[in-house]
Amino acid sequence: MKLTRRILMGAAAGSLLLSSGAAMAQQTELTFWSWRQEDRAFYQDTIKKFQEKNPGITVKFETYAPENYQTILSTALAAGRGPDVIQVRAYGNLETIATPGYLLALDPQNVPELANFPEPALAAETLRSDGKVYAVPFAMQAQLVVYNKKIFKDNGVNPPKTWDELMSLAQALKAKNITPFANGTATAWQNETIVGGLLSSMLGKQFEADIISGKANFTDPRFVSALAKLKDVSQYFSPNFTGVDYPSSQQLFVAGRAAMFAGGSYEVANFKNQNPALDLGVFPAPVLKAGDQALIATYYDGGYAVNAKSEKKDAALKFVRYLATPEYGTAFTNTLKNLSPIKGIKIEDAITQEVAKLAENSMSYLMLVRFRYQEPSGSVLLQSNVQKMLAGQQTPEQAAAEINKGIATYYKPFQK
Amino acid sequence: MLLSRKQAPSLKRQLWVAFLVVPPIVFMSLFVVYPILSAFAYAFYDWQGLARGEFVGLKNFREVLFGATMAPVVWNAFLHNVYALVALMIIQNGGGFLLAWLLYKEPFGFRFHRIAVFVPVVLSTIIVGFLWKLFLNPNFGVINQALYSLGLDSWAKPWLGDSSTALGALILANAWHFVGFPTLVYLAGMQRIPPEIIEAARLDGTNEWQLLKNIVWPLVAPSTTILFTLLFIGAFNWFEIPYVMVGLDGSPFGTTDVLGLVFYRTAFGNQSASIQNFGMGSALATLLFLFIVVFASMLTLWLRRREIQF
Repeated sequence: MKLTRRILMGAAAGSLLLSSGAAMAQQTELTFWSWRQEDRAFYQDTIKKFQEKNPGITVKFETYAPENYQTILSTALAAGRGPDVIQVRAYGNLETIATPGYLLALDPQNVPELANFPEPALAAETLRSDGKVYAVPFAMQAQLVVYNKKIFKDNGVNPPKTWDELMSLAQALKAKNITPFANGTATAWQNETIVGGLLSSMLGKQFEADIISGKANFTDPRFVSALAKLKDVSQYFSPNFTGVDYPSSQQLFVAGRAAMFAGGSYEVANFKNQNPALDLGVFPAPVLKAGDQALIATYYDGGYAVNAKSEKKDAALKFVRYLATPEYGTAFTNTLKNLSPIKGIKIEDAITQEVAKLAENSMSYLMLVRFRYQEPSGSVLLQSNVQKMLAGQQTPEQAAAEINKGIATYYKPFQK
Repeated sequence: MLLSRKQAPSLKRQLWVAFLVVPPIVFMSLFVVYPILSAFAYAFYDWQGLARGEFVGLKNFREVLFGATMAPVVWNAFLHNVYALVALMIIQNGGGFLLAWLLYKEPFGFRFHRIAVFVPVVLSTIIVGFLWKLFLNPNFGVINQALYSLGLDSWAKPWLGDSSTALGALILANAWHFVGFPTLVYLAGMQRIPPEIIEAARLDGTNEWQLLKNIVWPLVAPSTTILFTLLFIGAFNWFEIPYVMVGLDGSPFGTTDVLGLVFYRTAFGNQSASIQNFGMGSALATLLFLFIVVFASMLTLWLRRREIQF
């Protein structure tokens, strides 16, 4: 029903476009699809601001459930329909939509605001096969450690810098019957976030560079020994952590019964919503020895793209250009407590400021950024093998070898 | 009567029949036959997301059955479906048969129990899944709490996180959910047995076991046919309970993976780990469909032969 109505409306708008050339400037209505139902108020507000600046254009915001979004969107696009402006994801999930040519390529001519973004943010929305950017990025996320400041203060401990400090801190908390880490491993993807949050500094930027060039693979001692450290620290995870799923571990932390949560920067806003009394801080993955560079693992969530088949590309581009301005980035960051990658934004929230500062020293959230394009994806391999290792069913060496074997089936630099 | 039926039916009657038959046929073709055929066709193409690429023949089928990446996952899941089938056959259908026999004998309070046994069947599978996930929570779930309070601390486990117990836990949750259905069907089957037969057997001095084995079991064969066939289909299409309780990945590390989960992950992608491959997903769905149709038909024919008219 809704779809037919949209087609009819589209047809009506199209015929209008043909019949009355100049008058149509007042009539342009864009549709904008998103999976962020929870951010509706923010997007309505953004649209209002945009419409004030661009009187001829109205934007209709429509959302679909996140788990069905990709399917609904690609079905509509495959049928030659779909919205004018599209919220899309990044990396491998962007490619499934961009490769068939559903999205309009963006460049400095049609979107000069691309200059407002750092290189890795644009890379997240770039198709590897043609090197073109297909969306304006909206948020940077980071894997790090979130901690409960009150628990730390009550027990006279400070955020650890080195791995040894982390271990003795966790030991001290456990001795006082406080769960050091709320984390559990029953939800597969949590294993990947835990690796990103705790091991990035020990892996290091050089490791990432070596993986890309093929100088090292995942059987590298840096990777294996980092996994061994993870196995070691897992004794301080939530009790029975192999059976603790994502929501249970979140609850443990929100209830103030655990001191730390290794995971995404997106957790902070979520934790605060559930328990505004929480006083939270963040720190990067601890380093192996003092003096090493402390890192967080970063990636980009997705972006805003223009439908290549849209009949209102000019208006759609105008809207997307607005979504690439520092003004929008500032509003996005301060309202949604998620860091916009746009340069020159003003951040109000203290923790978001902290995350932005930490992001100056970061490596990629490796498996998502580099190895989620083919099967078996690096994420699938990392998640299941770390889960198995932490359950005590394989050694770090075996886990590393399994991960490497899977990726080597398609990754050329490992096949030499 | 007989004569009039042999005459050519009147036009009015033909129209009436068409009026009754055509809508369901159109409906079935549109929403059942067409999707199955198109899924079958999709399986022969390469896909970019949901955009159809070139015709690739049997490549997707080959990948699913023998490919280095996909085949180990598929066969691992298939094995778990077989486990589930065998275990549920014993626990769910066997348990249902015994419960039905108990209820058939009308013990004290049987009217209450007849309803109580069936209540979980009426609940939504999603609710049952969440309920059991809570029961099985390692830290505050009732099962571990009960074990602790009985002093059986060493028996407490992270049930859904332990690779040796996770699949078993899913099977038990499923059996709890559905055991009322075989109970009801078997009870109806037992109540269809003429009481004289059972009375005669009792007079001949059979014991309880002989009565069950030689009289009741053969005479409820029609119930067995339908229950075994439905369970066979259900076990290979198993999706909801695993999806709700352990997620799309068959956590921990694939030890609860079943074909339904593999299909979903492959066809639609797993947002937090992998991208979609619609062609391979369609190939897997087609193979699963053919497998179920062929074996369910064989099973039904075989089970039908042991049914006795009385």
